[in-house]
Amino acid sequence: MVDQPMQQEHAPGGWLRAALSSRNLLLGLALSLVFVGAALLSFLWTPFDVTKLDIPNKLMTPSATHWFGTDHFGRDIFSMIMVGARTSIAVALVAVSIGMALGVPLGLAAAARSGGWLDEIIMRANDLVFAFPALLIAIMITAIFGPSALNAIIAIGIFNVPVFARITRGSALALWGRDYVLSARVSGKGAVRISAEHILPNIANLLIVQGTIQFSLGILAEAGLSYVGLGAQPPIPSWGRMLADSQTMISFAPHLAMFPGFSILFTVLGLNLMGDGLRDIFDPRIRRGRG
Amino acid sequence: MGRYFLKRLLSLTLSLVVASVVIFVAIEVVPGDPASYMLGINAQPDTVAALRQELGLDVAAVPRYFNWISGLVRGDFGTSYTYRTPVADMIGERMWVSLPLALFALTLSTLIAFPAGILAATRRGSIWDVMVMGITQLGIAIPNFWFAMLMVLVFAINLRWFSAGGFPGWDTGLLVGLKALLLPAISLALPQASILARVMRSALLDTLDEDFIRTARAKGLSVGQTLRRHALRNAMIPVLTIIGLQFSFLLAGAIIIENVFFLPGLGRLVFQSISQRDLIVVESVVMLLVFAVVVVNFAVDMAYGAVDPRLRGRS
Repeated sequence: MVDQPMQQEHAPGGWLRAALSSRNLLLGLALSLVFVGAALLSFLWTPFDVTKLDIPNKLMTPSATHWFGTDHFGRDIFSMIMVGARTSIAVALVAVSIGMALGVPLGLAAAARSGGWLDEIIMRANDLVFAFPALLIAIMITAIFGPSALNAIIAIGIFNVPVFARITRGSALALWGRDYVLSARVSGKGAVRISAEHILPNIANLLIVQGTIQFSLGILAEAGLSYVGLGAQPPIPSWGRMLADSQTMISFAPHLAMFPGFSILFTVLGLNLMGDGLRDIFDPRIRRGRG
Repeated sequence: MGRYFLKRLLSLTLSLVVASVVIFVAIEVVPGDPASYMLGINAQPDTVAALRQELGLDVAAVPRYFNWISGLVRGDFGTSYTYRTPVADMIGERMWVSLPLALFALTLSTLIAFPAGILAATRRGSIWDVMVMGITQLGIAIPNFWFAMLMVLVFAINLRWFSAGGFPGWDTGLLVGLKALLLPAISLALPQASILARVMRSALLDTLDEDFIRTARAKGLSVGQTLRRHALRNAMIPVLTIIGLQFSFLLAGAIIIENVFFLPGLGRLVFQSISQRDLIVVESVVMLLVFAVVVVNFAVDMAYGAVDPRLRGRS
């Protein structure tokens, strides 16, 4: 709902001080770092091999050997959570990048030609994409190409495009009326250069905040898609898939559902808190508790 | 108002036309022929050709698109490749689960969010405000299908208050049907209620700072009267926008939640159809959901006019 560019009132040193005093930001950062760290670490090391089946030790409750217990194939849940973090984060991150890479230029172009046919086409196309929730896009893509993590990325990515286009257009429009943009126009700069040199740097903060929010939504969407079998396919561990597998065993092995569920919850919570914290720092107007 | 209505109506029609083209083209480029798929790898070419003709697949893409659209308008969604029954009947049956579920969730979401948002805004900074903000932060972050599983664990498996899934049908009674939909509706509503409560709080806080609220209080109106007559009405625009957007999330979210509770709704139908490559069903359900989303957003636009007469003049 923010259609005004964010104010930048901090001196360079003030940023750090504001960041360190923001409880939301620190807690969010800590939570996010835990999962990003786990994902990165999983490339080098996991306590157990997630592809190795160990049927005699299946459905074990948490213990000193298996910190989060084992699943119905005897695989170590802690290791699966680590590798699953990789899937979730990669899918969400690439999807947000697609949304930004396409949405931001479209939004900038629409704002630069505000009221013109280009603006109209871009905004109507955005309305159209908004009519397709990410899940419907995923369903269509899966119906055509079959389920995979890549198709989940494309579905969530397409859904992100209008989000970024809209927010970029809204905040860029407010900047086009500013004096410094006017003077850049007077000095002969074209719309592309003004957008790149003057508009984009001034809305970058806003895009970072929105990026954090879309990242957390991407994690939730990936989990949902994997849960219904439209995302990452076995044997690649993913949190949504782990929850789907645990469903029929929830009455006698509830721990199978707890760890992936809490991992999604804490990652999303961390990113949301980080987004709130960043917004508070970037936009002092809403620091009064409006968030 | 008339011009505003017409302009929005035109935009709605255009959106639907483009959406139908997108869906049709997307499903048309599917690799693989449904007729060959249905008959298996040993089918004779002339049998496949006969089936293609029966299903209308031998017609060129453009006339087939118009056949599809004119069928949709008449309520004829074609025949399921797999079950050989009219798609409209299959959708009709399942709609009676998915639509009530989405509406039930929307009602719950609004019933939870309004009081929570108003409480937090009117008691800004109090323990109530902190609690509402904390709980909604969790509500937004929790995956709703996981929350649904936890509710099944607690209320169906441990306490045995509800059944763990399935739907007995509306002919067993309204209350029985609603009871079967209660846990799914709560799990769908929780994240949406959390978002809505935050938007309500934020919109109300903005409004409560306005001069006209101070004037209303100075005139001698009580806090409750000021809220009802002035603040809430003005805070409704962003709240309505979010409710409109939420409907599409609820419909789409219902697809996943139906799978948690094994509800025979549109969501289950879509997944079955995908696995059976019954693409005509996928095509029709997706079009129907997009239609619902576009129409609801149109209704929200119209509601703006009712809530805020100033918008009627703008076109």
